[in-house]
Amino acid sequence: MALTIKTHPLDRHLRTDRIPTLYCPGCGLGIGLGAMLRGLQKRIDEGSISPDSVVWVGGIGCSARLSFYVNYDSAHVLHGRAIPFAVGVKLANPELTVIVVGGDGDIAGIGGNHLLHAARRNIDIITVMFTNFVYAMTGGQVAPTTPLGVRTTTTPHGNPEPPLDVVKVVSSLNANYVARASITTPHYIEQYFYKALGMRGFRFIEVVSTCPEVYGRHIGLRDPVEMYNELKKRVIYKPRPTLEEAAINWEKGIVIGEYIVRDNPGFIDFLRGGNK
Amino acid sequence: MRKVFASGNIAVAEAAMTAGLKFYAGYPITPSSDLMEYLAEELPRRGGVVIQMEDEIASINAIIGASNAGVKSMTATSGPGLSLMAEGIGLAVITETPIVIAHVMRAGPSTGVPTKTTQSDIFMVRWLTHGDYIIPSFAPWSVQEAFDLTIKAFNTSEKLRTPVFILSDAILAHVWEPLVVKEPGEVEIIERKTPRSKEGYMPYLPDEDLVPPMAPFGKGYKVLVESLVHDEKGYYAPNNEKYKQLVTRLNAKITRNIDWLFEYEGFFLDDADIVLVAYGSVARTVFALAKQLRSSGLRTGLFRPKTLWPLHEKVIRDRIKGRKIIVVENNIGKLALDVERILCDREVYKAPVLNLESPTLKEVKEAVTQWL
Repeated sequence: MALTIKTHPLDRHLRTDRIPTLYCPGCGLGIGLGAMLRGLQKRIDEGSISPDSVVWVGGIGCSARLSFYVNYDSAHVLHGRAIPFAVGVKLANPELTVIVVGGDGDIAGIGGNHLLHAARRNIDIITVMFTNFVYAMTGGQVAPTTPLGVRTTTTPHGNPEPPLDVVKVVSSLNANYVARASITTPHYIEQYFYKALGMRGFRFIEVVSTCPEVYGRHIGLRDPVEMYNELKKRVIYKPRPTLEEAAINWEKGIVIGEYIVRDNPGFIDFLRGGNK
Repeated sequence: MRKVFASGNIAVAEAAMTAGLKFYAGYPITPSSDLMEYLAEELPRRGGVVIQMEDEIASINAIIGASNAGVKSMTATSGPGLSLMAEGIGLAVITETPIVIAHVMRAGPSTGVPTKTTQSDIFMVRWLTHGDYIIPSFAPWSVQEAFDLTIKAFNTSEKLRTPVFILSDAILAHVWEPLVVKEPGEVEIIERKTPRSKEGYMPYLPDEDLVPPMAPFGKGYKVLVESLVHDEKGYYAPNNEKYKQLVTRLNAKITRNIDWLFEYEGFFLDDADIVLVAYGSVARTVFALAKQLRSSGLRTGLFRPKTLWPLHEKVIRDRIKGRKIIVVENNIGKLALDVERILCDREVYKAPVLNLESPTLKEVKEAVTQWL
């Protein structure tokens, strides 16, 4: 019997002529994107979002490149600058659903200032940050989220910098939604992304991911399955975690859940009011 | 048509709104700030948005995003602000995003003298960022011309899908002069080409004029804006053939339009024995000097490029006749290098003046007469 190749249910969301992707075996990004696309599909199915209105924006890095695999209006722009680009898109056409996707280096490192001000403004975009604890595309340099003491190619004597707790930082500002999931809990990625798509204001989702090829090598977890299982063991779900629990701590566990859920007027609401 | 009394910065802002500006993002920096302040007051009344971003980097990237969402967008800055925008302007080049940047020159390097003028940044707008590109730049000398060339800047950016500079300075920004504000309908406004069909749309597939039709976000074209070297679909293409093709086209779409792009004004050129070359606000003083020298019996002409980049080398060769060419500018002598290169068979002299104010006639005369 001939082998029948069926299309994947998510193919409609992808520029399938670009597959295979450049991602390494064991990379968490495929799981993350798949979950996001399922969340988006639900919104499209229920008629609350038109696929034509969705714009994906990525900066530079492995995670940012998700923006050019999706079969939507999309932009792959400068390192760290996806958020301001997205702000321009949203303000030019508030009818669009604007999604920023990137790694922790892109979003919280070089783009950190833009992240703060997007959250402060409660600007109506969604940012999904994949945290893999390392600069992967450039070859394993230290990231803002690299745990203390870890050896990377630019911290060969051990990372002397405590990591940035991005969830706590964004929560301290005016964001309407701050949640954290993990690629070991794709159902939460899907659920949070679905929820964020239906909200206004600045919505931030951190997705803790695996990078066996680059980060795993530094911490002795190069085998993708082993790395996945180690992360899975450490992920703790709490429905409404406190900000004190937000710090990513490999030993004590990584708390996922919805940290902030608010419905304050978004930037666009103020802008419209201000124009009256 | 309205007759008003306005500054150079206001003229740029008014022209931008006539051209159809709908989005301005900027960060305050002297001497450009009051341009943004004026737009913050006026643009929302005309259906547009003004936002003060967290820095210049955010500003330039926001206007690129807005332009890709289908609206005309601009920013304005000075000195250090443009340094910060360099990478973003390169993004506009490679993604073929129409934007206008008003660069109001002040003294540098670094923080320099924020409130004072120079013409030091003419090479900065030419070779701002990494890679091979040509960014059209216009250098007005009056408030009225600041208006007219800003219209041209928007038309150029839309027609050629490119970033464009308006190169003003602290003098022109804040001098007040009579201005005729033209309304839409009284002046030609060019809009970017949009694709004829969604079928087979490729964001970087050019027409015969080398410019690809541009689809906005939100209309179902599945646009891909790509900062990497890319093929017609916008897919990363790290190979020599596509790189060469893309970079050649990005430059050729500008140079092919040089007859349309290049504007200049000539005074007393036909019988000139000595030709002074000057641009921007300094050209006003040089014009006075040319007249003075002429009345004292020296056959002196003035050639004033309004388009600084790209220069029209043939026009310069054809129009600048005479034994001696003297380039007067408020910097260490920059345009002079190109004039010298283009007119290599003639005597070309640098007459730099370095003055934080508008150079006086006496000062310009001293700089010039050393070569007479």
